[in-house]
Amino acid sequence: MAVAKVCGIETEYGISVSGVRDANPITASSVLINAYINELHGIVGWDFVDETPGNDARGFARESFPQSEVESHLVNTVLTNGARYYVDHAHPEYSSPECISPREAVIYDRAGEEVLRASMNAALRSMPTRQEIVVYKNNSDRKGNSYGCHENYLLDRALSFGKLVKFITPFFVTRQVIVGAGKVGTESSLVPKGHVPFQISQRADFFEEEVGLETTLKRPIVNTRDEPHADASRYRRLHVILGDANMSEVSSYLKVGTTSIVLSMIEDGFMDDLDLSLNDPVGSLRSVSYDITLKHQLRLKSGKRMTALEIQHAIYERACQYRDSVGLLSLGADGDGGAVLELWGQVLDTLNRDPMLLADTLDWVAKYRLVSGYRERNALDWDDPRLAAIDLQYHDIRPAKSLFYRLGVKTIVGEEEVKAAVTQPPPNTRAYFRGKCLERFGDYIAAANWDSMIFDLGSDPLRRVPMMDPLKGTRDHVEKLFDESANPAQLLDSLGS
Amino acid sequence: MVERELKKRTSSQRAEDEVVDTTVPASSEKSEKLKAELDDLLDEIDEVLEDNAEEFVRNYVQKGGQ
Repeated sequence: MAVAKVCGIETEYGISVSGVRDANPITASSVLINAYINELHGIVGWDFVDETPGNDARGFARESFPQSEVESHLVNTVLTNGARYYVDHAHPEYSSPECISPREAVIYDRAGEEVLRASMNAALRSMPTRQEIVVYKNNSDRKGNSYGCHENYLLDRALSFGKLVKFITPFFVTRQVIVGAGKVGTESSLVPKGHVPFQISQRADFFEEEVGLETTLKRPIVNTRDEPHADASRYRRLHVILGDANMSEVSSYLKVGTTSIVLSMIEDGFMDDLDLSLNDPVGSLRSVSYDITLKHQLRLKSGKRMTALEIQHAIYERACQYRDSVGLLSLGADGDGGAVLELWGQVLDTLNRDPMLLADTLDWVAKYRLVSGYRERNALDWDDPRLAAIDLQYHDIRPAKSLFYRLGVKTIVGEEEVKAAVTQPPPNTRAYFRGKCLERFGDYIAAANWDSMIFDLGSDPLRRVPMMDPLKGTRDHVEKLFDESANPAQLLDSLGS
Repeated sequence: MVERELKKRTSSQRAEDEVVDTTVPASSEKSEKLKAELDDLLDEIDEVLEDNAEEFVRNYVQKGGQ
C-alpha cells in the first residue's frame, strides 16, 4: 500500500529592485525577509543610518542599509505555519510546510505568495522613495538564468529508485502540457533564434540529464538527492526539480495531484506493465515544450510513437483502474484523489479538442492567449520586447501590476483558507507541531528544522525533539499537550524529551 | 480521444462545491466568452504594462538558482 503522499512546494522567487541599477539580489532578498520578520515582531522599519536621498543613485543597499542587517545573508527563518522562509542562491525562497493533500499544498503555496506580498509591502515602507523590491513567481530571467520551483513527495523506502526513474520519467516529460507556465521564446543555445516563438514550459530549456544529483547545473529530469528529512529506513523524499512555478491554482493542483497519484501507483506496482519509456527523454522534454499544437510524436523505446497527450492519457486510464481497485487514499481522506483524477481526465479531453479553451484554467494557455492576442492587435513580431514584458509581468505578484490576476483564471481554494494558512500550520502532519512550538514558545526555540525542534530553556543543555515521522506531531496528537502546557518545560516533560 | 465513461462525481461534497469544472458546454460558446474577456483585458493592458518594455526586460537579470 502506497504511503501517504505528504507533499510540499518550495519556490525560489525572482527578485529585482526598481529604481536601483545592479542591486545585489542577496542583499535585496535579506532585506525583504527581514522586513517581514521585523514587522511580525512589531519592529517597524529600518534604522537608516545616515540616509540621504543622494545615496539612491549609488546603488542599492550598500550605502542605504545598516551593515548589521545586510550581513545576515543567511537569513533563515521558520514561520508559525510551519514553512521555511530564507535566502537561497540569491533568491527569496518559501518552502511550504508538509501537507497531507494536493489541495492543502495549493493553499500553502498560495499562502507563500501572501507572505512574499506582505514582505514587499513591509520593505517598501522602510525604503527610500522610488525604490521598491519586486518579486516574480517565475523560473527564468529570459537570459539563460533559471531558478526553481521544487516539489517534494514522501515515498516508501522499499521502492527501488531504478523502478521509480523508469516509470516516472515519461510522466514527467509529458505532464508539462497540463502544468507548464508558458514562456515567450527560448533560452536554449541548441535552437536557432526565432524558431520557438512560444513554448509550454519555463524550465524545459534548462534540463540536460535524465538522472542526477545536480540542481543548478546539468539539471536532471529525475533528481537523486537522497535526504529524506525523516526516518531513512522507512522513507524517501522525492525532490522534483523540473516543474514550473504556477500562478494558476488549477495548474498547481494538477501538478501535485497527478504526480501524487502516479507515485502511488508506482509504489504499489500498478504501472509495472505500462512501459512508456522514451527513446530520448531530455530531447523529448524540449520538443514537447516547443509544440503548442500538442501534435508532436515522441519515440518510445518500444518503437511506438505517441504524443504527450496520448502518454498522459494512457497513464490517466491506468489511474482510473487504480482508483477502482486500490483507491486513492494516499492523497488524503478528503476526496482529493477522486477530484484530481476527474479534473485530470477533463483537462486531457479539452486539450485534445482545443487547448485554447483552457485559457481560463491553465497557466501556459492563459499566457499564450494574452501574448498572442496582444501581438495580433498591435501587429508585432514575436521578438518584440513588449511580448517578453507581458511574459514577465504575468508573474508579478503585486495586485496592481500582475497580469495573471487580471485574467480571471479559475481557482481551487478560498481566500479565507489562504489567509489562515499564512499563520496556521496544516493540522495533519508534523508541521502542526513545528508551527505551534513557534507560535507558543518561539522565544525558547534555538533552532527549528524539518525533522527536529531544539529548545533552549536557559539553564539546562539544549533539548532536542526529534520529528522523524512526517505523520506524527499532528493536531490530533499534540493539541491537548499544548493546551495543558503553560511553558515549554512542561511541554518537553509531557513529550518525554 | 475516446469517450470518457468516468464522469461520476466523487462523493466528497467539497469536490462538488469547489473543484472547478472544466467540461466545456459548447466549444464555440466558450470561445466567444474567452475572446470577449481577452478583448477587455487587451483594452487596458497598456496602462498596466511597464513603461519602457525594452528596458524592463533588459534589466530583469537574475542569478541562477536551483
